[in-house]
Amino acid sequence: MADYEVPEVKEYAVVPMPKDGVMNHLSPFVAKPEFQEALNYVGKKEQTSKEEMPKYVLVDGWKEKAIDKMGDLLGRYRSLQVFMDSCVKCGACTDKCHYFLGTQDAKNMPVARQDLLRSVYRRYFTFAGKYFPKLVGAKDLTEEIVDDWYSYFHQCSECRRCAVFCPYGIDTAEVTMAAREIMAHIGKGQKYSNEIISKVFTIGNNLGLPEKALANVLEGLEEDVEDDIEVAVKFPLDQKGADILLVTPSADFFAEPHIDGLIGYAKVFHATNTSWTLSSVASEAANFGLFIGSYENMQRISMRIREAALQLGVKRIVYGECGHAWRVGYSFLNTLAGPFDFLDQNYPIPQHICEFTLDKLEKGELNIDKSRNDEMTLTFHDSCNVARASGMGNKPGGQFVIPRAVIKAVCNNYVDMEQDTIRDATFCCGGGGGLLTDDLMELRVKGILPRATALKNVVEENGVTHMAAICAICKSQFTKVLPYYGFTMDQIVSVHQLVSNAIILEGQVDPED
Amino acid sequence: MSTLIAVLLTLATIVMIVGVARKARQYSATPAPLKIPVTPAPKSTGGVVVRMAKEVFLFASLFRASKWTWIFGWIFHVSLALAFVRHLRYVIDPDGMLGFMMPFFNLWLVQTAGKYAVFGMIIGLLGLLARRYLVARVRYISAPSDYLMLILLLAIAISGFVMSFVTHVDITQVKVFMLGILNFDLQPLPEGIALVAHLLLAALLGFILPISKLLHIPGVFFAPTRNQVDNPREKRHIADWAKPLDETRGNYPELQAKAEATEESKA
Repeated sequence: MADYEVPEVKEYAVVPMPKDGVMNHLSPFVAKPEFQEALNYVGKKEQTSKEEMPKYVLVDGWKEKAIDKMGDLLGRYRSLQVFMDSCVKCGACTDKCHYFLGTQDAKNMPVARQDLLRSVYRRYFTFAGKYFPKLVGAKDLTEEIVDDWYSYFHQCSECRRCAVFCPYGIDTAEVTMAAREIMAHIGKGQKYSNEIISKVFTIGNNLGLPEKALANVLEGLEEDVEDDIEVAVKFPLDQKGADILLVTPSADFFAEPHIDGLIGYAKVFHATNTSWTLSSVASEAANFGLFIGSYENMQRISMRIREAALQLGVKRIVYGECGHAWRVGYSFLNTLAGPFDFLDQNYPIPQHICEFTLDKLEKGELNIDKSRNDEMTLTFHDSCNVARASGMGNKPGGQFVIPRAVIKAVCNNYVDMEQDTIRDATFCCGGGGGLLTDDLMELRVKGILPRATALKNVVEENGVTHMAAICAICKSQFTKVLPYYGFTMDQIVSVHQLVSNAIILEGQVDPED
Repeated sequence: MSTLIAVLLTLATIVMIVGVARKARQYSATPAPLKIPVTPAPKSTGGVVVRMAKEVFLFASLFRASKWTWIFGWIFHVSLALAFVRHLRYVIDPDGMLGFMMPFFNLWLVQTAGKYAVFGMIIGLLGLLARRYLVARVRYISAPSDYLMLILLLAIAISGFVMSFVTHVDITQVKVFMLGILNFDLQPLPEGIALVAHLLLAALLGFILPISKLLHIPGVFFAPTRNQVDNPREKRHIADWAKPLDETRGNYPELQAKAEATEESKA
């Protein structure tokens, strides 16, 4: 078992005293050169003898390459250039990061994390840093600093909570992405993200689920649902001429509670006579290119969705429940893979499944029996990428209102968690931004602390039994890590799982209890 | 001494203006390739103006983040703005282009507010300095320059306070001196240690501004997280450097293979 302690959940979130370097030991596995190269990065393997495990090390000339890459990114990203200069070290962000609150490590304070990169920026790119390095905290780039980067830029989930509170709008996510991109260019890419991305390129989705296996899974689902309610709900794959292409995280095809959400989408489409299809080309909504800060890789992954839409001749694109995918879908898809002039312009491109479902609920097209969710009292976890990096509907803040409206339309019992832990102040689940990997388990366990605290409070005070989410990573992280805090896996539900529970389809026969 | 100070003030002003202008140009010339407003964000330009105004004038986000930092920071900045407006009367020539504005700067209210603003500056700066040292989290992130910046501003404020409330300075002659610089007709600076210190420190501040964290002054206006309109689905946003990628982005082997397979199945 783990050699670290699970933090104690207190009544209120406590801001700890900073301790320098207590999480220094933790960093994720480095990607092998073959996976680096698959993403157009570089890598170098070092193995002194056959018995020894190979090491993946910095490439030759790494230092110049890193500085060059930093210069390149500074010239291409206004965010990075402005954020490197603007920080006044006011400390507003210092108590806002869930990883700082959970680990106490001073370098997990957003400004301290940024400063790992900023100190090098100052040394090589500013007058003050070139001539008065000590005065302004500028540092030469060394291998120890790269190690610190690798450790701490993989202890940031790019959730943007710090950016909400920064008086200058400095977004640590932008800094983390830049740092990861620089490291990937000198041989230090992250195994988890980069292997997954190369699986998307070769097989089509994060899970590496080939077309045939996917078809089998969907067939099995159709049988399960029919066995359950005696209605032939379809899960079409690669159906040409369908109206809607649904892109959803591949976790929806097999993981719990994700799959219950997928059943929910299918039931909504079935109930509203909507013609829809999944695609084997775009069998993945997730886009880990975002996590590693790579415009090119993010675009390459996004292009699969454009290709699928063109090949299948659909009129609309709808996204399933996935947080960072929705950021890429809502905020970037038009930029990366647009323009989508071949789709029906009367609908948002792309549309979120919650937008779709709420519209149908409001039009009264769904037959809902809310009492079917009566054994539950729900709360809702705002996923960071949905809350702070995207939107829904046509009003600011729709991303908070619409999922809650869907839940309240299908459930009688709903309670929000504390205000400073929801909406745009929501805490990350602790597993976002490419950190949902077992080699970072300690971080995931500690980083969930603020969310676990808020959840525990509504469980004890308001009798909440379940927490709903609209993000595949949140759901996976919660089901795996909340049990460390005494919750059970099945307390996490998909929003469309609740819809699925409450919806009554034509001809539906419920199983005898 | 008069000549030295005149030269330093002139140079500092040039360095400050040119330096900040260059930085602002760099920021505006650097593309923002993706839509990254921190949401919820306004859907229109008008909304963005309101959002930015709330940040610039009220420090809205800082207010949410930390009430102590907000109160000291806001008091300091507002006081600095008032003191700055009060000082404009020294550099506006009543017979010059901006002379028509003199009656406004001479108003009792403007001068009095500017005079007492020094207390606000000192209180704000002392509060920020105390916080920087006393809060362990903030102390951890502070470099020597972070303390020195506060101390420099404090020294400027205190030397100004001394002139207003302790040893009075011949301000009519100060104005003659300042207008002399502007008209390239050097006039003597009145006596006074506080005045010399005040002007030298102000010159130092001007030199430091474009190479320090005072770049938050232009920076605050350029953060894409705050100044972008949230309309990515409605309007395609694309940077110049990314435009050529539109031509090549379909060439990846996995996309080609799929396209070929589809062609074959059609045939």
